[in-house]
Amino acid sequence: MLKTTVAALAGKAARRAARLRGGGTGGSALPGLVAEKIDPGFLSHALADVRGGIVVVSGTNGKTTTTKMLVAVLRAHGKTVFTNPTGSNFTRGVISSMLSEKLQRGRLQADIAVLELDEAHALHFGRAVAPTHALLLNVARDQLDRFAEIDHTAGLLTQLAAMTTRGVVLNRDDPFVNRIATTLAPGVDVSWFGLDAAAADRLGELSEHDSREQDDFVPPAAAERDGLLTPIDEQQLQITFGAEGEGGRVGPVTLRQRGLAAMINATAATSMAKHLLGSGFRADATEQALRTVAPPFGRGEVVDADGTPLELVLVKNPAGFTVALGTYGSTPTATMIAINDDYADGRDVSWLYDVSFESLREQGVALTTGVRGWDMALRLQYDDVPVAATEVDLGRALETFLADHRDEPKRIFCTYTAMLALRRMLGERYDLPEMGVDAPDTTGGAA
Amino acid sequence: MSDAGTSTRDIPILGEPSGSALPADSGHEGKGEIHLVHLYPREMSIYGDLGNTRCLAARIRRHGYVPVVHQHHPGQPFPEQAHLVVGGGGQDSGQSKVEDDLERIADRLRGLAADGSAMLMICGMYQLFGKAFVTVEGKTLPGLGILDVTTRGNEQRMIGPVVLSTDHGDVVGYENHSGSTLLGAGQAPFGTVRHGQGNNGSDGTEGAVTDHVIGSYLHGPVLPANPLLADALIGWAAEQATGGFEPGDLDDEVARQAQTRQVRRLLG
Ligand SMILES: [Zn+2]
Repeated sequence: MLKTTVAALAGKAARRAARLRGGGTGGSALPGLVAEKIDPGFLSHALADVRGGIVVVSGTNGKTTTTKMLVAVLRAHGKTVFTNPTGSNFTRGVISSMLSEKLQRGRLQADIAVLELDEAHALHFGRAVAPTHALLLNVARDQLDRFAEIDHTAGLLTQLAAMTTRGVVLNRDDPFVNRIATTLAPGVDVSWFGLDAAAADRLGELSEHDSREQDDFVPPAAAERDGLLTPIDEQQLQITFGAEGEGGRVGPVTLRQRGLAAMINATAATSMAKHLLGSGFRADATEQALRTVAPPFGRGEVVDADGTPLELVLVKNPAGFTVALGTYGSTPTATMIAINDDYADGRDVSWLYDVSFESLREQGVALTTGVRGWDMALRLQYDDVPVAATEVDLGRALETFLADHRDEPKRIFCTYTAMLALRRMLGERYDLPEMGVDAPDTTGGAA
Repeated sequence: MSDAGTSTRDIPILGEPSGSALPADSGHEGKGEIHLVHLYPREMSIYGDLGNTRCLAARIRRHGYVPVVHQHHPGQPFPEQAHLVVGGGGQDSGQSKVEDDLERIADRLRGLAADGSAMLMICGMYQLFGKAFVTVEGKTLPGLGILDVTTRGNEQRMIGPVVLSTDHGDVVGYENHSGSTLLGAGQAPFGTVRHGQGNNGSDGTEGAVTDHVIGSYLHGPVLPANPLLADALIGWAAEQATGGFEPGDLDDEVARQAQTRQVRRLLG
């Protein structure tokens, strides 16, 4: 116990030091490293007083958005929620965020913890602290260097579910996720989220084209707590609980993010909230929260560039890029695509061939950039998408893009490190808030 | 093994026009029809390997020929004509789903290879085209034996960007494999490693080539950024199909930029 207090203090000191060096707080792992070194049991001690649940959100795509939405919904119900809001989805990132909270004798004072963790770190976390609940979103190809195979990634989520003590919320429509239901220990409570029957034909937009066929597992018919999504338009949705709405409805509600992916994230978050809150779940509070959640940086963040909107869209894998193009592809907008191949981007650019770029054909692409800018141009050539120019240097490309398309809406699809670099350049130019810090008006409706 | 989990429905090959699996209408054969077969596109075309098929079909068209793009799925009859056969990498689960079928069509594939059909086998299918695969546990699984190579399962994966010298010039790609492959005494490698691991990380060889059959670990997918290699395969296939190859005049400037930048960057 004393050791935990010391660890917390040391961690806090490291966090202050990191801040003073100007590193900001966004995803810094150093303080977490310090606290973990001093007390390897830090996590379980720190979470010991969190009685309402330790909820892990995992899966390949949509973790950050879903986590933000779930936290907002729970807060709108009056809960004190601890979360790791910076998209730092590693265990140490969780500890770092803990250290920015008020701890009492090394213990976090919150009703519920909602933690976004990537598939591998979710297991690492689970070994330290068994999650009470897990919300499992999807399995897609991502960062293959690390996980090697999609079956392996699916296996990680299955193991995470096996560690979970109370309840699991699963995606009905993801063949890798829905079958996890067949592997759970008897006492674990399962509920589901997914698309309603009328929207099921839109599943193709979300599934990646190289995913392999699975033995079919058919989840049970939707019950009272299972949320089904009905998209109303690009940004507006309704969630029905149960096949006939016997569990009630949420919406129609308009999100601050466009597209089917964001709506599915909202459905996942809402279904988990209902699972956690039971009869305390309120549709009006949920709607209010969903309405206010801002997109995380790089997930459709809009920058005011000299009076016209510039959208930054992070693309990480075939499923994500396909969804992003489905969301944005058809609106007439000047487009730049920035592809790097550092470790955090995925070093193998093969995945670009598992994405169809045909929706950009008519409009064309103004610039391809990044270390693999020419590979992107080559990929577009095979889909007969005209590319006006290629400039591998991100800074020069951004200059040209902004200058040549001054009066048009602009959009940049970018891999992770390209996004960080471009965001920094745009931040200097247009005086934007620091990465990883929410704009002040957008934190979900805390009670 | 049961057929559970396999399907004989074609999967989308991104960008391929609908009907590209059908023969040309009469009078529209151009310089001739080239039949292209992708082996097990569902189970064995990980990491963008379908991009090779897409690249070949597109370039066959640009050269003035008509590609007929077949997908061969487990349990299906093998296409009657096959001038160009392509296969890719898979997960372990994918490989186990195709093994029985591969045995069934083995003689046909060996016959096509002996007759001079062009073949490009990447990663997992390269291993299966070899003589044998020895698992980490020491179990030996026989392969097709079209290429004289033997692969051993490895704990350590070989992952990263690759540059090779080959008969078709510099070749760039990306390897991601746990098998370590050794060439038989008379077996020619596909290339010499200038950056990366190659067959086994120690003897400087990458892949294997016998007549018109190329095996390699390179994803990327390998063909778009290495058009000389793509055209070598198309040329061999055109000879099979029509008795000769009359290449068109293709603009490969973007591919040249992508390739040379990657070579310069990795070799310094
Ligand atoms: Zn491979």
